[in-house]
Amino acid sequence: MESIKDRVAIIGMGCTKFGENWGKSAEDMLVDAAYEAYQDAGIEPKDIQAVWFGSTRINTAEPCATALKFDYIPVTRVENLCATATEALRNACFGVASGVYDIVLAIGVEKLKDQGIGGLGTVTGAGGNGTLEWGVSAAMFFARMATRYMHHYGLTYDELKRTLAKISVKNHHNGSLNPRAHFQREITEEQAINAPMVAWPLGLYDACGVSDGAAAAILCRADLAKSFRDDYILIKGLGLAVGARQGYLQPEYDMVHMEETVRASRQAYAMAGIKDPFNEIDLAEVHDCFTITELVIMEDLGFAPRGKAPEYVSQGIFNLDGKLAVNPDGGLKSFGHPIGASGLRMIYEIYKQMQGKAGPRQRKNPRLGLTHNFGMNPGSGIGSVTILGQRD
Amino acid sequence: MMSGIISYGAYVPLRRLGPGTRGWNLPVEKAVANWDEDSLTMAVAAAEDCLKGIDRRKINGLYFASTTPPYREKLAATTAAWAADLSPEILTVDIGDSLRAGTIALRLACDSVAAGSANQILVTASDVRLGQPRSGYDFGLGDGAAAFLIGNTDLIATLEGTYSLADELLDVWRAERARYVRTWEDRFVYEEGYLKILPEAVQKFLAGYNLSVKDIDKVVFSAPDARRHREMVARLGLQPSQVQSPFFDKLGDTGCAFSLMLLVAALEESSPGQRILVASYGDGADVLLFRVTDRIREIPGRRGVRQHLASKMIMSSIDEYLAFREFAISDPEGPFGASASVIHRERDSIYRLYGVKCRTCGTVQYPPQRVCTRCQSKDNFESFRFADKKGRVFTYTLKYGADIPPFARPMVDTMVDFEGGGRAIFGMTDVDIRQIKIGMEVEMSFRTLGVGGGIHNYFWRCMPSRDSWLTGEVK
Repeated sequence: MESIKDRVAIIGMGCTKFGENWGKSAEDMLVDAAYEAYQDAGIEPKDIQAVWFGSTRINTAEPCATALKFDYIPVTRVENLCATATEALRNACFGVASGVYDIVLAIGVEKLKDQGIGGLGTVTGAGGNGTLEWGVSAAMFFARMATRYMHHYGLTYDELKRTLAKISVKNHHNGSLNPRAHFQREITEEQAINAPMVAWPLGLYDACGVSDGAAAAILCRADLAKSFRDDYILIKGLGLAVGARQGYLQPEYDMVHMEETVRASRQAYAMAGIKDPFNEIDLAEVHDCFTITELVIMEDLGFAPRGKAPEYVSQGIFNLDGKLAVNPDGGLKSFGHPIGASGLRMIYEIYKQMQGKAGPRQRKNPRLGLTHNFGMNPGSGIGSVTILGQRD
Repeated sequence: MMSGIISYGAYVPLRRLGPGTRGWNLPVEKAVANWDEDSLTMAVAAAEDCLKGIDRRKINGLYFASTTPPYREKLAATTAAWAADLSPEILTVDIGDSLRAGTIALRLACDSVAAGSANQILVTASDVRLGQPRSGYDFGLGDGAAAFLIGNTDLIATLEGTYSLADELLDVWRAERARYVRTWEDRFVYEEGYLKILPEAVQKFLAGYNLSVKDIDKVVFSAPDARRHREMVARLGLQPSQVQSPFFDKLGDTGCAFSLMLLVAALEESSPGQRILVASYGDGADVLLFRVTDRIREIPGRRGVRQHLASKMIMSSIDEYLAFREFAISDPEGPFGASASVIHRERDSIYRLYGVKCRTCGTVQYPPQRVCTRCQSKDNFESFRFADKKGRVFTYTLKYGADIPPFARPMVDTMVDFEGGGRAIFGMTDVDIRQIKIGMEVEMSFRTLGVGGGIHNYFWRCMPSRDSWLTGEVK
């Protein structure tokens, strides 16, 4: 097995404003994200040789080809729940690293706000099989972990809520500095703690929003990147781990970690040669679908020892000006989660930070960044980790 | 051939309308089914009570009695047999359309055994009858179920005689598609029906067997209300000690299950040698006489009527009860629809609550898997039934959402670890949410998740042990 490290470069990216884009269809957002990326890379649409297109709601490749008017080139639609956009990039990387293609497009979109309901919807009516309760929602999946985390580490409800509120406040603060974010307002800890309950112990501000958006990346072989720009960035590692319901089938599973994140990060760290993630990584965009998810991810990625993430959060270690900035762009909390776009939106922030173009959110000379997605639910999930670095 | 009762069981739903319930102005209580219960789920609960410690594979039939079965065409008995984990090689029968359905099922089961066509028959009787909302008639109705295992050996009570009388009379009825029970005017109903026909049947039975009412230790009989029950005591010439309490202050008239539930209550307090006479009314009358045997002392640990009546939750408002009943007939085509073909394919895991135990490594898993989660052995499993296992809450969440009806909010979602192995996700029912905590003990209960597309969606939920609701009366 060979590592993907330093074999693929990102030479251009695009990202739409995330939000309730009532006036934009999925196709409109694909065009906006792709053309920003073309312009950024200084290429023409006809330079693209193959496309990996991520979406959970659009389940074929053809709408992407039609929106962008490709000339009979390969377009593959990929889906891996919350890791869908990162999957588009991961598979595009393999297409480039294999030497079959020189320049490819990874693009993801989700149009969630045409559904007529406020949330993502729920798995209802036994999902047609009679074995599931009705009204089962994503919030419940992660609330199970929050309840268990409290019990496992002996936190009181108030202690848990205070910790989660700090995560929410941090991400909304970062989002307030980002014109592309859906939500651009600061919130207070008290607002977060006292918000209406969604799935106890998680309240409204523990949950991310539901938004529309698209993001795109142009990839090329690393040895070709210099001909496009000087400040390209490199893929250092790719990890993907898919659970097999171990958390539900095996009572030893503790429900206070997400094994898929641990395994995916191990794969990616090994490829990137990272031994001490907390000290080596400068910034991370992680899957804060719920605040408890971000808390546990800090431990799963090795950013904090087991059970110590609440202390690290309290100390501000993951703040924009902390030792390891987590979700500097505002995260899912501020961007919402257009499922097929989120992974590339995260990579967009790392890319801009490394180019020194992150405006008021700019970290000082970041060298190594990480993005992370987690799909499905604790107990049986999809963990995806991408390591990105500056060119040498 | 001899026939009689091998075992008994009962079920009374946890919830009561009573003093303390807003909008309920009567000094008595009535038992009401939760929104996720119906006649079928209550029958399964009573059967579970009845079959504790019994080898279910020896049972040759299930007779399900109810005037309120879930389907107009489709046997409830077969679904109940699956949920009660009976063999498929049995005779399943639904008996309905009369308040006598319970005693008819009991008598037919005894006759089947006596005729030698079956060794053991499980009889269930359950009802969730409705009167016009907020009417006096509805206030008098209660919900509940009873179950008897009928057989020819190891009897706790032997059948000594039967008598039935048919009587053509429109006194209490419900037409096709009607929701609410109707009656003709009270004076006609009682004078020409109940108060006339039931005594006539009892007298004819006693005369036929050369018995006098003094020869009977306990008389169990149905009645529409407490006043008519008192009048019947007088008409039959019974001493107070001979009368089984009808629990009109605690339960309500539970339809075709009523006389069978009272028989359970009588057996709970009976002693060897006693004669118990059962009389029920509806389109005529049935009379059955049982003699209690020495084995009554050996029947262990049934919750029966006594413990079920003593463990209860008083509902806060009558509106909540009315919302339950509205929900029961709502049929949202999309959201609650379950797939008939999936239910069929998974019927053992859905209705019997079977998981699997790996024959290679012993790991217990739910739902059933083809490849073992631990050792990856393929197709090397035996069945493992979770329905009778206790479990503990490993983690939980409370769902507050607009998609949950207000009366069911918050919905309780639990991850349960079972004694003997295995972990699964279940909704929790019949719980005071203030008492939920990690580590709390739960048991399983067969419930309905709703109806959609005309399909009743039955599955199991967990709940705190029913005994945890016991008030001081029995504990």
